[in-house]
Amino acid sequence: MSEKSIALRVRRVAAQCAQLSQLGVDLDSVRDEDSLYEAGMSSRASVNLMLGLEGEFDIEFPDRLLRRDVFESIASIASAIESLLRS
Amino acid sequence: MARDAVAEVARVGREVARAAARAVDAEGRFPAETLAALKACGALGAAVPAELGGGGLGLGALAESCTALAQHCASSAMILAMHHIQVASLADHRDGSREIDAYLRRVAAEQRLIASVTSEVGPGGDMRRSVAAIAEDGARFSLKKQATTISYGREADDLLLTVRRHAGASPHDQVLVLLLAGEYVLTPTGAWDALGMRGTCSIPAVVEGGGAPWQVLATPFGDVAAQSMVPVSHVLWASCWLGIAIDAVAIARAKLRGEARARAGTLPPEAARLAETGAKLQLLRSEVSAATADCARMRAAGDRDALASLGTALRMNDLKLSASRLAVDIVGEALGVCGIAGYRNDSPYSIGRHLRDVLSAPLMIQNQRLLETNAGLWMVGKGEA
Repeated sequence: MSEKSIALRVRRVAAQCAQLSQLGVDLDSVRDEDSLYEAGMSSRASVNLMLGLEGEFDIEFPDRLLRRDVFESIASIASAIESLLRS
Repeated sequence: MARDAVAEVARVGREVARAAARAVDAEGRFPAETLAALKACGALGAAVPAELGGGGLGLGALAESCTALAQHCASSAMILAMHHIQVASLADHRDGSREIDAYLRRVAAEQRLIASVTSEVGPGGDMRRSVAAIAEDGARFSLKKQATTISYGREADDLLLTVRRHAGASPHDQVLVLLLAGEYVLTPTGAWDALGMRGTCSIPAVVEGGGAPWQVLATPFGDVAAQSMVPVSHVLWASCWLGIAIDAVAIARAKLRGEARARAGTLPPEAARLAETGAKLQLLRSEVSAATADCARMRAAGDRDALASLGTALRMNDLKLSASRLAVDIVGEALGVCGIAGYRNDSPYSIGRHLRDVLSAPLMIQNQRLLETNAGLWMVGKGEA
């Protein structure tokens, strides 16, 4: 699976879990490289996103990847998932 | 060196803060004499790196000094803790800025006191959202922020504020900004008449000011918060609460010892309760010292990834939850042991101020909010670390 198609699926999960719409933020206006935190994702919402991604990709993020910077953007998440799926 | 610095703060506690604590509390005034004594022994530079002329103390020594001072005056200890948190946040993220280095040298040399301005009318205590924004004005910037609480705002020299990066930035796109004495105006919009921690003078106020570009920290506030401000806050706050609990138990012990001596041969009936409370105090000590050691190790190693990890967030939230609850329990039990003598304000065994001060612990970041965050972290964490 390419990082591009992973990024699309990450975006779909983020639309459901990152709780940006309740802040009036349209995820379509957030580019893959943009900071989700700056867009308004709270640390609590980021946990929801992690759980949603584990379900979507049938993976488990090891504790070493449960870091703020890994979940910074759709691109950084996609790259972490790509490396997990490859290993 | 670190030993001496902690001992000096303990001495200021015994010799200055203890005598002033009752008046500071009763009048709700700033503990000016204690802060003057702390400045005289260089305590406000303790968290400034040694190469910049500061004490270069690690987190463990800073925590010990807060505990030592809180045994005499909790408001003074909380002021010292909040100041150290601001210094640590700046020192951790100076990232080669010569101007910030020079500023930290001034903090150590001139013993400048820094207050935090993270709260704001609107977001309230949610420090991860800002309304106020930086306005660029040629080579300088300006800003105006309406804060709901600025602890020792009137007495501080300089301020560290959270604001949006620019007028068009989202509420979460925040930076830390340093405002220097003489370059801002702070207008109080109310008073601080609270149940406890009355000497912190945590007033609501409007801050208007400006500065040069170097005063805007390059690191996004989210990273400063996750790597420095939040973990250091939890460790130093808990250290203050531990100090309050230690003194409350010491008072209860002194009360019972007097009775035991008066009736030699029979233990006062409350002695067993005191023993139980003592065991709880030991638990609190252990939790504070273990969490402090974890955090100090990551800081000493400069491991920003580990500090910003979810595992560390969970650990620090756990510290806050446990320490705030245990400290309130312990002080309440000490009051029970002292009885009416503890309940009276005019008795040498009064626990009133301790109880009122420590009741702030569960409220400084509501425990309920931390529990909800931790619930999520438990779901996603794997417990490998």
